[in-house]
Amino acid sequence: MRFSIYSLLRHAVTGAGWPEQWRSPEPKVAYDVVIVGGGGHGLATAYYLAREHGVRNIAVLERGWLGGGNTGRNTTIIRSNYLWDASAALYEHALKLWEGLAQELNYNVMYSPRGVMMLAHSVHDVQVFKRHVHANRLQGIDNEWLTTEQAQAFCPPLNVSESLRYPVLGAALQRRGGVARHDAVAWGYARAASALGVDIIQNCEVTGIVRGSSGAVNAVETTRGRIAATKVGVVAAGHTSVVMAMAGVRMPLESYPLQALVSEPVKPVLPCVVMSNSIHAYISQSDKGELVIGAGTDAYTSYSQAGGLHVAEHTLEAICELFPTFRRLRMLRNWGGIVDVTPDRSPIIGLTPVPGLFVNCGWGTGGFKATPGSGHVFAATMARGEPHPIAAPFSLERFRTGALIDEAAAAAVAH
Amino acid sequence: MLLIECPWCGVRPENEFHYGGEAHIARPADPAAVDDAAWTDFLYMRTNPKGRHAERWRHIHGCGRFFNGVRDTVSDRVLSTYQPGELPPS
Repeated sequence: MRFSIYSLLRHAVTGAGWPEQWRSPEPKVAYDVVIVGGGGHGLATAYYLAREHGVRNIAVLERGWLGGGNTGRNTTIIRSNYLWDASAALYEHALKLWEGLAQELNYNVMYSPRGVMMLAHSVHDVQVFKRHVHANRLQGIDNEWLTTEQAQAFCPPLNVSESLRYPVLGAALQRRGGVARHDAVAWGYARAASALGVDIIQNCEVTGIVRGSSGAVNAVETTRGRIAATKVGVVAAGHTSVVMAMAGVRMPLESYPLQALVSEPVKPVLPCVVMSNSIHAYISQSDKGELVIGAGTDAYTSYSQAGGLHVAEHTLEAICELFPTFRRLRMLRNWGGIVDVTPDRSPIIGLTPVPGLFVNCGWGTGGFKATPGSGHVFAATMARGEPHPIAAPFSLERFRTGALIDEAAAAAVAH
Repeated sequence: MLLIECPWCGVRPENEFHYGGEAHIARPADPAAVDDAAWTDFLYMRTNPKGRHAERWRHIHGCGRFFNGVRDTVSDRVLSTYQPGELPPS
């Protein structure tokens, strides 16, 4: 069924229950394509494979539940003001898809371009951010410089006192940046993919990757039996190293817990997203009224989906300094997600040394914003067996050739 | 916050230490003699295991010395620490 104002009104009046939004079939013995990982990136990949490349015989295998990993654990920030052309092209591709995503999926992903403002606290910050603004304008991406007064006018609760230990010297603002509803992204892609015939199989953990005599992939072993497929896409975020090891492939990845936390809900107090890389604050307000705060990664690699309290405390200190009015808010929940970080802080999208095995990983601390673009270019890469032009610079091969994409504009939490 | 036993100073809180990444990665003795694949493996490829992980730590707010440890990356429990040059306990 399609959502429309009429269907919403009809259900509101009749009180009839809503049908399930996607099917939960038993896995078949074979598929044309298997996607390992049912987060936003994996589901988007399956959706675009089905819609744009005519591949309908697809299974998405999810170890837990849809969007239960990093898709449901991030701080939902969307922006595309990256420095290097390769990154800017990738994230801008995603941002353009965000703008029409709710209509495309017929599912309200609540994309809200309320502006992402990145604060500068030192002369170095000012110079770097202005360089970013100029680079982005050459790339055709909106990003503008704000003076301290303009920054406070855009975000009234911001403390711009000169007495701050790290005073606000200005800010870079991407007005098209903002937030979206993370769960709705997973659900919307799942619903749309399922309607196109994609089998979404939850509680199905991949335990092995089976390679034939030629070395090519021909099946995956799962907790629900062997599933044959000659094309397998690994979109497993923090567990990518573990899954790729099943095929004998070593990855340039380290997995770290990244924390986030939310406050008790309050009336609208924060009109935009505010980020400060230098003193490490990431904050926005959800439509429920909670302040959503992104903390840092722990120093060490881990799969624990938790993190040290001192990491979250460090971020809260910065928030309290920048927003004195938030000091009396109580924090409600605190959690961690496992992020896979590459040496150059840029993702890996493309082919692997194993024929038929593709990988989309390394999104580190900032993958949510790229979800539609990531799925879109990875689907094209899997369908054609060669990298989509936007994905091409992000090959696994770049670590051998040395053509790294050293992206300091990636979320600075891992720097 | 982890409790980590420095082989020289004893058990101390994690924020006295600096994490040094995966342990026992030997730099090729003659870099010019290895091929690109081996060099890439040395520079960038990491085991990143879910489970026992041998890793380097440095007691930077203490004795300043490097040492190695084995930690379970699921529970985050530090299983043992040992001096550089020693092999990881089996």
